[in-house]
Amino acid sequence: MYDVDRIRADFPILGREVNGKPLVYLDNGASAQKPTAVIDAMTRAYSEEYANVHRGLHTLSTIATEKYEGVRETIARFLGAGNSEEIVMNSGTTEGINLVAYGWAMPRMEPGDEIVLSVMEHHANIVPWHFLRERQGVVLNWVETDSTGALDPQKVIDAIGPRTKLVAVSQLSNVLGTKVDVKAITEAAHARDVPVLVDGSQAAVHMPVDVSDIGCDFYAITGHKLYGPSGSGAIYIRKERMAEMRPFIGGGDMIKEVHRDEITWADPPMKFEAGTPGIVQQIGLGVALDYMMDVGMDSIAAHEDSLRDYAVDRLSGLNWLQQQGTTPDKAAIFSFTLDGAAHAHDISTVLDKKGVAVRAGHHCCGPLMDHLGVTATCRASFGMYNTKAEIDVLVDALELCHELFA
Amino acid sequence: MAEAEFEEIADSFEFLDDWEDRYRYVIELGRAMEPLEDAFKVPATKVEGCASQVWLIPEIEGDGPQATFTFRGDSDAMIVKGLIAILRALYGGRTVGEVPQIDAQSEFARLGLHDHLSSQRSNGLRAMVGRIRDTASRAAA
Repeated sequence: MYDVDRIRADFPILGREVNGKPLVYLDNGASAQKPTAVIDAMTRAYSEEYANVHRGLHTLSTIATEKYEGVRETIARFLGAGNSEEIVMNSGTTEGINLVAYGWAMPRMEPGDEIVLSVMEHHANIVPWHFLRERQGVVLNWVETDSTGALDPQKVIDAIGPRTKLVAVSQLSNVLGTKVDVKAITEAAHARDVPVLVDGSQAAVHMPVDVSDIGCDFYAITGHKLYGPSGSGAIYIRKERMAEMRPFIGGGDMIKEVHRDEITWADPPMKFEAGTPGIVQQIGLGVALDYMMDVGMDSIAAHEDSLRDYAVDRLSGLNWLQQQGTTPDKAAIFSFTLDGAAHAHDISTVLDKKGVAVRAGHHCCGPLMDHLGVTATCRASFGMYNTKAEIDVLVDALELCHELFA
Repeated sequence: MAEAEFEEIADSFEFLDDWEDRYRYVIELGRAMEPLEDAFKVPATKVEGCASQVWLIPEIEGDGPQATFTFRGDSDAMIVKGLIAILRALYGGRTVGEVPQIDAQSEFARLGLHDHLSSQRSNGLRAMVGRIRDTASRAAA
């Protein structure tokens, strides 16, 4: 039995008030709150076990290195990667996708080569490809979603042409909650020798992920959305792809030898981790992933599915509210606009007064906003600690918005 | 006289002690303000915001520091539009020499609305105040 009260008790911030009201935190899509275990682990790391990693031979450096490298194993386990050497640790999905853009895509793409992506990608999975479009004439080939926000995998597959060098898609839309069958896309793309990058920034938070089963070449995650520290993250890179990559950021820790006119790189994955990393953040991420795996990703997904069903039921009772993204198996992420003059900004301002934190804006999804024909939406995004009672608070606050702005 | 208009708003605010009523009043002020025609909602009049869009057209009558400053403004968010109406009451009809002397932050604090002008709020209002002051300063120089 999923004990949401016990889970809530693990997240100290959930006990606070905002504007005199109990906090109802529904901005998990932007960033999730942190359990005590993560906060304590970071305090312990700084107060008892801190030194730089991979360098010293002294005791603290050895402890810090063991803890830090242990996280690589945890991430591999969390993502179902067979080998922790296929995990590059970094500051999150943005850095991960930039690494692929600079390290893998840039050296092998000619003018006219294509990247297939969907209109619901986050800017983190758009802007690095725009660099390639601007700088070396790469063509971005956009696949549309349908009116429910579904992305038909066959449409993605059909978009793959003779010049396609990469498919880059999100497994779960941060705006619509749409889940994407990245396994089917990967199988078809691989049959055409086209590698696949999956933006797992949202998916890894809400459902079990197994990169070995998906078969993709790159899978990027972000620690701060996974109940871990900001500035933590990782990208899974299949061994064959890693061997094809040139280093992106240069500096300490990613080299074997450096001379005046000669340099040799460290072996992957270290080749792609320059400079002192976010040691303590990464240690915190390891604890966050263990926390999620202890609760169980299937249990978290089932809990969030029940939240989704309840929210769909309550929100569909509001006939002046328009939802963007209505696929039946979507994650508990709800984007909406209200009929009439109320702007997403107005709604979030009023909800904030009621203690309800949501996001208002374009959600770093410019092409999707264009596709939907809106400039901004409100988004309520749920996490493992949210409750049905909080959905009631949200709906009451929305009714007040309707009354104020109608 | 706009100064009196602002004082009238401030007086009304004193009678409204809960935030819901204050917001109702702000929204009313926005509704009462003449909207900007779409033809004026162009990049040149747009003020950098984030979630909502804000437009500003300064209008200056006369020359030198005694010239009169007014502006027209609009937003696609209703609360922001109401706050723009309050800014109009605060700045409209002052001389361009006076405009930069007005402390909008503390005037809004009198209404309990100061957090809407803080740098953390990405609603474009703070940038709007900046543009109003810059425009007036240039005209006064």
